[in-house]
Amino acid sequence: MKITLRNPKQELDVRGPLTVVALLQRLDLNPESVLVIAGDELVARDARLDDSAVVEIRPVISGGAP
Amino acid sequence: MKCRVCREPAVIDVRRHNAAFCPEHFVTHCREQVRRSVHDHRMLEPGERVLVAVSGGKDSLALWDLLVDLGYHADGFYLGLGIDRYSDESVRFARAFARERSLKLHEVDLRDDFGFDIPAAVAVTHRSPCGACGLSKRHLFNAVALEHGYDVVATGHNLDDEAAVLLGNVLRWDAGYLGRQHPVLPAAEGFARKVKPLVRLGEREMAAYCVLRGIDYQVEECPMAAGNKHLGYKEILNALEDRSPGSKAAFFFGFLERAHPRFAADATHEREALGACRECGAPTTTDVCAFCKLRVRAS
Repeated sequence: MKITLRNPKQELDVRGPLTVVALLQRLDLNPESVLVIAGDELVARDARLDDSAVVEIRPVISGGAP
Repeated sequence: MKCRVCREPAVIDVRRHNAAFCPEHFVTHCREQVRRSVHDHRMLEPGERVLVAVSGGKDSLALWDLLVDLGYHADGFYLGLGIDRYSDESVRFARAFARERSLKLHEVDLRDDFGFDIPAAVAVTHRSPCGACGLSKRHLFNAVALEHGYDVVATGHNLDDEAAVLLGNVLRWDAGYLGRQHPVLPAAEGFARKVKPLVRLGEREMAAYCVLRGIDYQVEECPMAAGNKHLGYKEILNALEDRSPGSKAAFFFGFLERAHPRFAADATHEREALGACRECGAPTTTDVCAFCKLRVRAS
């Protein structure tokens, strides 16, 4: 599957199928810190992503001035 | 995962509530959390005019959307910080949101209206970028609200923001900041009321809300915030949250319930000692307020 990471932008190929939680574990990402969007759809952490999925992993943490 | 409400497939889980939601019921969940914050902390009264501080990011646009949806008269205020391409993009998101919903957006630009921008302020002072930015935002949110007769300023601080700020305040045992850290800062001489209606919602929930509501927001991080200590605190708190869901909420709401009253007097004493800035009239502890000092040095 095609994975796009943001901040900084990076594109990866990962072999599917995988659940969202397994994908995040493989990429060493904390599920609390990201959203996973497959195609245009937000997906929950137990969703299964097949090998042809196009996935954006979007960071949710914003910093800066409190 | 099934939606807690309708048992249809869920698209987002909220582990601290031991719940998952379909798109429709997640939006309902967010509205209910805001409604509860507003009610519990008596943030807004019916008919009041609200000025929403809008950055073009997920939190402020979600807040504006939620307040309008809940029936409040909410206009937006965008402050141009002059951070190159980042600011050029952020204002586009804020303007597009307002235009598509026929909402009023006030705009002030640091460079055009005050003769400096955040990179210039950082270059000539010892302040961090986030310090100069936060100072300018706090000063101008308040000034614009008073100038245009708004009853209250609403900011998009969410649970993660508040937990991270609290961790920083506790690490330094800063009594004044701890006393001021509350979802509502009441109006006082020279101050509009300030409210934080998103304190019951986490950062991940706000990003999900925007995706599900079709709100385009600036995902890219501010280039000047790299290394900001609050980002570090958030990472630490998210590591805790992943192991023990509910930790951030327990930390922040436990503070409000059990510890904040012990520090509130420190904040009251600080406000009582304020005079008026001889340049702009804003409340200050010194002859000239920190924003005017920054403006004079940086412009």
